[in-house]
Amino acid sequence: MQSWIPLVPESASTFSWKVDALYFYLSGVTLFFTLLISAVLIFFVIRYRRRTPYEIPRPVSGSHKLETLWTVIPFVIAMTMFGWGASVYFDQYKPPENAMEVYVVGKQWMWKLQHATGQREINELHVPVGRKIKLIMTTEDVIHDFFVPAFRTKADVIPGRYTTLWFEATKTGRYHLFCAEYCGMNHSGMTGSVIVMEQREFDNWLSGNVGTATPATAGQQLYQTLGCASCHGANGEGGRGPTLAGIYGNVQQLQNGQTVRVDEGYVRESITNPQAKLVVGFGPIMPTFQGQVSEDQLVQLVAYIKSLQPGGETRPATAASPSPTARPGASPTRNIR
Amino acid sequence: MTTHATTANHVHGHPALQHHFENMEQQREAGTLGMWIFLVTEIMFFGGMFLAYTLYRGLYPAAFASGSNHLNITLGAVNTGVLILSSFTMAMAVYFTQVGKHRPQVFCLIATLILGLAFLGIKAVEYYDKYEDHLIPGKLIPGNPFDPEVAHHGDTDPHKLHLLENATVEKVEMFYWIYFAMTGMHAFHMIIGAGLLMYLIIFSLRRRFDPEYHSPVEVIGLYWHFVDIVWIFLFPLLYLLGRHVGHG
Amino acid sequence: MKPIESFEVPLPPKVNYINAQYGLKSWLLTKDHKRIALLYLASITFFFFIGGIYALMIRLELLTPQGDFLQSTTYNKVFTQHGIIMIFFFLIPSIPATLGNFLIPMMIGAKDLAFPRINLLSWYIYLLGGVITIYALLAGGVDTGWTFYTPFSTTFSNSYVVATGLGIFVNGFSSILTGLNFIVTIHTMRAPGMTWFRLPLFIWSHYATSMIMILGTPVIAITILLLAFERVARVGIFDPALGGDPVLFQHLFWFYSHPAVYIMILPSMGVISELIANFSRKNIFGYSFVAFSSIAIAVFSFLVWGHHLFVSSQSVYAGMIFSLLSFAVAIPSAIKVFNWTATLYKSSISYDTPMLYALGFIGLFTVGGMTGLFLASLAVDVHLSDTYFIVAHFHYIMVGGALMGYLGGLHYWWPKISGRMYPEGWGRFSALVIFVGFNLTFLPQFVAGYLGMPRRYHAYPPEFQVFNVLSSAGASILGFGMLMPALYFVWSMRYGRHADANPWHLPGLEWRTPSPPPTENFYTTPIVTWDAYEFAPREEIEVVGRFRHEAAEPT
Repeated sequence: MQSWIPLVPESASTFSWKVDALYFYLSGVTLFFTLLISAVLIFFVIRYRRRTPYEIPRPVSGSHKLETLWTVIPFVIAMTMFGWGASVYFDQYKPPENAMEVYVVGKQWMWKLQHATGQREINELHVPVGRKIKLIMTTEDVIHDFFVPAFRTKADVIPGRYTTLWFEATKTGRYHLFCAEYCGMNHSGMTGSVIVMEQREFDNWLSGNVGTATPATAGQQLYQTLGCASCHGANGEGGRGPTLAGIYGNVQQLQNGQTVRVDEGYVRESITNPQAKLVVGFGPIMPTFQGQVSEDQLVQLVAYIKSLQPGGETRPATAASPSPTARPGASPTRNIR
Repeated sequence: MTTHATTANHVHGHPALQHHFENMEQQREAGTLGMWIFLVTEIMFFGGMFLAYTLYRGLYPAAFASGSNHLNITLGAVNTGVLILSSFTMAMAVYFTQVGKHRPQVFCLIATLILGLAFLGIKAVEYYDKYEDHLIPGKLIPGNPFDPEVAHHGDTDPHKLHLLENATVEKVEMFYWIYFAMTGMHAFHMIIGAGLLMYLIIFSLRRRFDPEYHSPVEVIGLYWHFVDIVWIFLFPLLYLLGRHVGHG
Repeated sequence: MKPIESFEVPLPPKVNYINAQYGLKSWLLTKDHKRIALLYLASITFFFFIGGIYALMIRLELLTPQGDFLQSTTYNKVFTQHGIIMIFFFLIPSIPATLGNFLIPMMIGAKDLAFPRINLLSWYIYLLGGVITIYALLAGGVDTGWTFYTPFSTTFSNSYVVATGLGIFVNGFSSILTGLNFIVTIHTMRAPGMTWFRLPLFIWSHYATSMIMILGTPVIAITILLLAFERVARVGIFDPALGGDPVLFQHLFWFYSHPAVYIMILPSMGVISELIANFSRKNIFGYSFVAFSSIAIAVFSFLVWGHHLFVSSQSVYAGMIFSLLSFAVAIPSAIKVFNWTATLYKSSISYDTPMLYALGFIGLFTVGGMTGLFLASLAVDVHLSDTYFIVAHFHYIMVGGALMGYLGGLHYWWPKISGRMYPEGWGRFSALVIFVGFNLTFLPQFVAGYLGMPRRYHAYPPEFQVFNVLSSAGASILGFGMLMPALYFVWSMRYGRHADANPWHLPGLEWRTPSPPPTENFYTTPIVTWDAYEFAPREEIEVVGRFRHEAAEPT
């Protein structure tokens, strides 16, 4: 526990300090104007206090110059605040390429997390320091919100879709994880920790926690048992249904003329509501699996389909030591969306 | 309330002049402006439903067209004509009141009421048809949930639901939710309008309104025209979706 | 008519609006806007105390990090109901339905509002909404948060959502009818010579507020209906399993609820304009800028709702547009603050209680408004969303802003309303206590929020305790401070010093008729030939600091 009263939480992500800097700017401007106006008010109230009961001061109707001054200056200051906030926000909410992915499912009143390499966690998230981490999140019931004050980021988790959150931790330690969207009885109990470790310790932790299948492997089993192979092929090569191998990241042509990019949300929707976005060239014969698969199972199916490559291979999940393309400073090979 | 004796400025004007207005002109202006503002709030209220309609029609165009095709376009068109005619008779009633022609005024008000009731009667017939075809959404009617018979290819039975390509029965139910919500809210406003018309007829027979004081007729006329205009938007949006010449 | 020295003060009548008729029926069936204002005053004070008790329970629970005073389900109901009662049954009607109803006809020289019976109807509708909501509270309460987010409220909550929603739905019509009445009155019933730019700024603010009331309230009405439908009939509008969108609810809800916060603050700003001008004996600097900024705030308020959805999966680009517009809507408020301050320059300031509230407002509203800028700024809002920073921000505006204006206005116009003066010493003392208590309650919450304490938590990590203890201590001081006016206003009705027509010696139209006024407000319709805050005679407008003597008071 700290013996002095802090003003800001620990700064533990790459954009924590950026948010703090903007916060201090905003605080400074607020303090300045509050003190200025208070001081002027106090001064006027004393200097121009009523001295005789019937005095009437000279009326002044206004001044266009002053009005312009105190419209333009606040407007300009407001625009700086907007611009700065927007640019940091873009950073906060643009998930990077080649991030280590973790799937998060919130439910009343706990967080279930699963690493792409299979490790499951409840209310805790172990991550290595200095790596970009992308969380792909949803909820089984009501809206929750994944909030890590030390990283200065949060995002709602919404039923029926995936939302993403990303961060890169800069300091090892244990940081609060809060649910920040009221979700019922035990909303204040839906807390946990994000534990940031050195890469080596994280690797140890990973190997010490093996035993569960990766989401992709579990998804592969589901793919067989649910009968997906009968239309989409044993390895996603297609048939009566569209090809799934290599589909992730591509743009699909829909029957209503629009296009859609294949991301986690689209894959999930195609399983729960296949008639919503029908691909050109295929009839509306896929049955819905709404209610037959849980959010956890959907995450596994999504992970499996993401891993499918043409030719029957699967793309491995990145988790352990960073591959060469993840070295800081290296530019990603694909265009940024 | 203080008596008139102590209020030196109180003018004994038209018997319908309310005590807080200076003259009939001010009273009429206030009443009319009040009704216009009330209609603006009604636009915002109906606007929410139009928004829901726009959203879901955009998402499920085929289902909405299927639901729309099943509506009785003849009855809908007749109702549109009935309402437009009723707006005409209402406008004439206002005119006749303004020029002091008592018999035509009452006649036009009664005609408006009859046309309004005709609209409601035809609407009741339409609603009954939906009930018979099991198209009332959800479980609003106990014992008669949403469960229409879906027509197969080639079946031309008008009581069955013909689904267009890519339409699903669930989304057709959404169409009917919106149909009943919007036409139901509209019919509710019509019923209130009918009640207001009855008030106008009774008081017209008592010769309450004259060229000096006719703002209730004018103001209720505004309300009636608004209800008519809402229908003029509802009819094409609900009844005329996806109807091409030659297709059902 | 000439300014204060030379107009004729009417003889105090034996008969005024209070004693014109006796009996419960004459009050419950009144068409007099002044009596209706008092009916509203009594009812909103009642609801304020209910909301206040809920606040007390919240602050008691939060003294300790553990959830040990209330069960979590109870706590969830308490904060939900605190919000619902305070927003819908206190703040939204407060100034418009009491001070607005009482003063708007008087300030424009009219005998009543345009539609007196609709005015009475709006009070009964308010009561009906209140009764339905109280029934819901007593039957078991509601625990969804005042924001009713789906799908928790539609599918998961086991509380009286529909009943509460019905109460709020009904109450909304009271708002709509009040706004309608005000707009028509201001347009059509101004006395001869009362042009738009001679209107007191209180009237401009209420006009802008009424614009928002009539355009925004129908949208919350339909939103609540859809919510009720969804909950009862499982239509699927907000349920993703049935193809619906839970975030759609948030858009619909905030499309009204953001303009609603301006319904709560604009009337208070109107009161502040009156207080600043009248207690410094100077016309408001930049009158037309202040008037137009009220209208600008009303218009812009409809364009910024998305700033409540920055972390709710709204697209990044929509977020940017809403952020930009949210900064823009702050500018007219800033203009007002500068104009009020400039008014005080070379003026003649008295330290009466209403002026103390006005000065407190300016300071607190500046803090509240500027902390709003933190939330308009996307990056910072991501961190601050759903934390105590938000709670502190809106309480600075609602309590530090709206409530201060309401109390200041009540004190200012109390002699006109009741014919009695409140005790000035107690007035100043409670204003000070409220100011200190308020800041102690809510300033620590800004810090707790940035440190990460989420809102709607009934148990929290121990490192936040120090802020919560300070906050609860402040709340007890604030509660004590607010109890005092309740007591001395009632006391003054019997024992307060009698007030004459113009106890503050001011030029406003409402001061040219007795205190309390007769039922028809004015014996003769005034003919207005002067500007809103015209203290010095127009021909002496260039002369500085001349002393004038009051004309001898008529016997």
